[in-house]
Amino acid sequence: MGKVGIVSYGITKFSKEDSKIESLLLKSTKKLFENSPNLSRNDIDAVLVSTNNNSKYLSAILSEMSGIQPKISHTVESLCNSGTNAIVSAYSYIASGLADVVLVSGAERYDSPGQILEWDNSRGEFKHPIFWASIFTKSYKREFSITDEDLAIVSVKNHKQAQNNPNAISEKEYSLDDVLNSKRLTDDLRLLDCSRPCTGGASILLTSEDFCSKFTDDPIWITGIGQKTISAGFTKNTFDYMESTRIAASSALKMSKHNSSDIDVAEIHDAFSVCEPMALESLGFTDKGSGMDMVKELYAANNFKINPRGGLIGSGHPLGATGIAQTIEIVQQLQICANKRQVDDATIGLVHNMSAAATSSTVLILEK
Amino acid sequence: MTFEDELRKGNFQVAECTDCKKIVWPPSDFCNQCFQEIRWRKCANEGKIIEFSKQNNNYFCLAEFENTIKIIGKVSSGIPTKDQQIRMERCGMIDDNYFFEFSLI
Repeated sequence: MGKVGIVSYGITKFSKEDSKIESLLLKSTKKLFENSPNLSRNDIDAVLVSTNNNSKYLSAILSEMSGIQPKISHTVESLCNSGTNAIVSAYSYIASGLADVVLVSGAERYDSPGQILEWDNSRGEFKHPIFWASIFTKSYKREFSITDEDLAIVSVKNHKQAQNNPNAISEKEYSLDDVLNSKRLTDDLRLLDCSRPCTGGASILLTSEDFCSKFTDDPIWITGIGQKTISAGFTKNTFDYMESTRIAASSALKMSKHNSSDIDVAEIHDAFSVCEPMALESLGFTDKGSGMDMVKELYAANNFKINPRGGLIGSGHPLGATGIAQTIEIVQQLQICANKRQVDDATIGLVHNMSAAATSSTVLILEK
Repeated sequence: MTFEDELRKGNFQVAECTDCKKIVWPPSDFCNQCFQEIRWRKCANEGKIIEFSKQNNNYFCLAEFENTIKIIGKVSSGIPTKDQQIRMERCGMIDDNYFFEFSLI
């Protein structure tokens, strides 16, 4: 099986704009073309769209609006990890030989229907994500003697890091008191503990090894992929640990022949504050119950290793674009072009993208 | 589905496989272990709290029945604790959405 590389990308600013989904897809695709002077429309074998939007036939629409007539075109939907699912599909088309050049474009509007999983009736009236996040938070705090003050550091850190990300929705830093005094959504969750649904688009171009050199001298290789779905319903989950993340990370690291201590920089799916320490533990970066110690150490040292672009909390969370935006961040880090967000000596990166309270997770390993 | 017809009447039923006896939750037409037919029966009325939180002045909790079926519902009154026994006080559907309400024992 040949290597698969990431050779270009385009991304929009994340905002609360009332844009059409088709416009968002086109906007980041246009930026990708502008970043790829040697890319011709005829080069593209497949166009995959990642979104939870209810509009139909979006990959064909994006193809037509971009002047592309691909062999393969379809949409990928998997709630919040649609983006990395689409990247994995693109990887598979290339690895199988069905395609050499694949455009993956993700987009979402601030009012995405993907925020609520209607099917999951076991949540009763409590289907909004703030309720699973409250259960996670209460459970994690109880199990590991963590306080609201501890968890607030995640939001402080990620909003701070987002100030160096020109595409982030967050435009200011917050203090610990700001987070603790922000609107109380439940006893265990405040407004600034949450990532915000928003409008945004992100596109990425993947190619087979033979085609990489046409588009870039600096491809970033996808060397590890792990995915795991435990269930669709929240109530079959574990509540203080992300089992799907643990399994996905283990598979991805095994495929890449690395272990978690080799990772220089990572994008973690911090949909809510509690998700960051839980994910750090489940990904194997630290022991169970020690995630907040790691977050505190990174924050104190001004170390951007985890969520350099500000994570979902700082950047915003346009569901179908999130996994692609996370991957673009790691590509920029490994290409040493992340400007003020740059992590020193980044050569191996990890992307963690999950859906519906970590019932499903995707982990990618990227390398120079 | 029988489950939803009964839920609309305020009855909480459980699907049990006619062959392997596994409880199938969320309710489905076939067993998710062996794809055999299921039968409907009344669910145990008492369960326990797995976790809880509070919105405004109202507690909600994740409760478990028959050591298998986990659902989120309102706590009708009182201050819940983890592992506390609860009783299904009220359940039903509003439009197409389920609701559950528990009382503390």
